Amino acid sequence: MGKIVAATGNEAVAEALRQVNPDVSSAYPITPATDIMQRFTSFVSNGKVKTEMILVESEHSAMSGCIGASAAGGRVMTATSSQGLALMWEELFIASGTRLPIVMALVNRALSAPLNIHGDHSDGMGARDCGWIQLWSENAQEAYDNTIQAFRIAEHMDIRLPAMVCLDGFIVSHSIERIEYLEDEKVRNFAGEFKQLNPLLDLEHPVSYGPLILTDYYMEYRRAQDEVMSKVPQVVLDVAKDFEKISGRKYGLFETYRLDDAEIGLVILNSAAGTSKDVIDEFRNRGIKAGLLKPRLYRPFPYKEIGEALKGLKAVCVLDRADAFGGSYGPLFIDIASSLYPYKDKPILINKIYGLGGRDYMPAHAEQALSELVEAAKTGKIKQIKEYIGVRE
Amino acid sequence: MATELRLKELSKKDMLLTSGHRMCSGCGAPIIVKMVLLASEYPIIAANATGCLEVSTCISDYTAWKIPWIHNAFENAAATISGVETMYRALKKQGKIDKEIKFIAFGGDGGTYDIGFQSLSGAMERGHDMIYICYDNGAYMNTGIQRSSATPFGADTTTCPAGSVIPGKPQNRKNLTKIMAAHNIPYAAQASPSHWLDLMKKVRKALEIKGPKFLNIISPCNRGWRSRTDDAIQLSRLAVETCYWPLYEIEDGVTKITVTPKEKKPIADFLKPQGRFKHLFAPENEWMLKKIQEDIDKEWAGLQKCSAAEEKKLE
Ligand SMILES: Cc1ncc(C[n+]2csc(CCOP(=O)(O)OP(=O)(O)O)c2C)c(N)n1
Ligand code: SF4
Repeated sequence: MGKIVAATGNEAVAEALRQVNPDVSSAYPITPATDIMQRFTSFVSNGKVKTEMILVESEHSAMSGCIGASAAGGRVMTATSSQGLALMWEELFIASGTRLPIVMALVNRALSAPLNIHGDHSDGMGARDCGWIQLWSENAQEAYDNTIQAFRIAEHMDIRLPAMVCLDGFIVSHSIERIEYLEDEKVRNFAGEFKQLNPLLDLEHPVSYGPLILTDYYMEYRRAQDEVMSKVPQVVLDVAKDFEKISGRKYGLFETYRLDDAEIGLVILNSAAGTSKDVIDEFRNRGIKAGLLKPRLYRPFPYKEIGEALKGLKAVCVLDRADAFGGSYGPLFIDIASSLYPYKDKPILINKIYGLGGRDYMPAHAEQALSELVEAAKTGKIKQIKEYIGVRE
Repeated sequence: MATELRLKELSKKDMLLTSGHRMCSGCGAPIIVKMVLLASEYPIIAANATGCLEVSTCISDYTAWKIPWIHNAFENAAATISGVETMYRALKKQGKIDKEIKFIAFGGDGGTYDIGFQSLSGAMERGHDMIYICYDNGAYMNTGIQRSSATPFGADTTTCPAGSVIPGKPQNRKNLTKIMAAHNIPYAAQASPSHWLDLMKKVRKALEIKGPKFLNIISPCNRGWRSRTDDAIQLSRLAVETCYWPLYEIEDGVTKITVTPKEKKPIADFLKPQGRFKHLFAPENEWMLKKIQEDIDKEWAGLQKCSAAEEKKLE
């Protein structure tokens, strides 16, 4: 059996990385992700992993180094947050367009300005269309489990795409929770040997990475990339099945909580789902059929599956921990609305923006959203589609 | 120890950058790359910054590179090759690879002096076993001849056009070779394709030294320099003979001039054949020519003072 520990989210991710034991890692510090690499480099210094570190001078170079190392032909990982991810933006597209299975922990944090180091999904949302696979995690256990699975998904021979594992800054990265760690041996076998594909280090078969592609073929390349993305959900499910065998823990494309017979529902990512589940239990106790859907695979977004899961509800509130400027709804809301678009009869949809910059998400906020849904389901009317909650007026 | 370079031996070797690449005819950059690859006795893996050399040598399904090659982005050839070299060390340590491979990054002056400066400095400080080679044509040529911090004083470029009020680039060029040497790397040098033996010797020497090495190579660009298509070698020779581009190396902190011109020519000899300096020969800009000459004389005198070694006379 594995071992039950009390650890922080960052510690759990670092532990997963130690167990997977990548060949190379390139990293640059940023709160609240720093701690992952601090812990990991102490594994390196103490000979607990074989990983070679490249401790670079910026996140741009961190991702550049990961790209070089991954193209060379080995297992590669890094971690970042917020401004760090923003500085990598150019390189994120290059990693995915070059089909390099780099794994990155993204400890979600708000973006400047104003400067704020706390939990917020603006960073991950800004990178949602960079061609990376995104797995989101409610707690440290999920962050640990997702990290292990991310290597298998990214490195799958049909996929070969970079993957990011998202976890909430401070709320998960720095809080201590109960976690079940798997045995080293099990994780090592699960991750398996890294399989090379057109490695730069193969001198007998020299390859050129990063060509210039003009109008003649660029669109075909982009469509091919989209096709590869469409294979991701099945791989995620297959990997989850294998992971269940070694851990007993079930994962899907998303989690549903008391959703099967629900009339009203919340859709929410990451740590705030936990609080919401408690409040849903209270509403159920009062005889109100409430449920929840928590996306796990956020990119590629399983539109069809999520649409199917939500289409029968009367009213749904999507909670976003990121805003979008330009009068837009939150990013998750837009995706959920798209997933329901094909259906003639669909739930009433509302959007709440919550918890920006680490502002607490309280049970009262879930209660407020659910009560509004009860009203909407009854009357068919809503007061406004998008609203900020937990904000001082 | 590096073996001696012999033309006979070199003539038997494969060209590792094929002809049929799409750089302008008469461009200095592919000549430099061919010389560099020819000089190596080891297999090379190269990274290339975005720029003329990169966009022209690997388009769609065609590549001119017969060696493993990677282009990542504009500013990160040094960081990218750091990653490749680190994976090589990781796999070597694990016994998964046993060959001796050397790593080279190529970047233009824009991708090296300016936007790529941070990643280059970082890679040098970390001590990766690699050579960074800047082919310095003194402007952002690929985007249409904009000024870079390597553009010489007074040059006419598309973003510092010589006009009636501002007569070309108002600032001096950055001395990147010295800045790289100040990183206390084991080897930094300047070379020119006109002095092929000197250039190739420097490459060979650098390949034998462990750790980060930097080579700055002058690379004539007839499009940007507004010169004839067949004078790349002639112009780079004039750059050396006028001491505009002194050939020297800094090995373990010791500066040594590797080629001393027999007769130091006036800078006008280098500037005159280039359309980008045409306006400097107008009477009202005489002061600029004078300043350029003075700066070069000062630099050259300083370098000579620094140079500890016997100087080879130019043949
Ligand atoms: C981040 C970024 N900024 C700008 C560019 C546009 N760009 C591509 S190549 C280039 C100029 C390259 O100049 P240099 O490095 O001197 O090489 P050359 O083309 O002269 O050989 C520029 C500005 C880019 N590709 N990426
Ligand atoms: S523009 Fe200049 S540097 Fe670019 S390929 Fe042509 S000659 Fe070479």
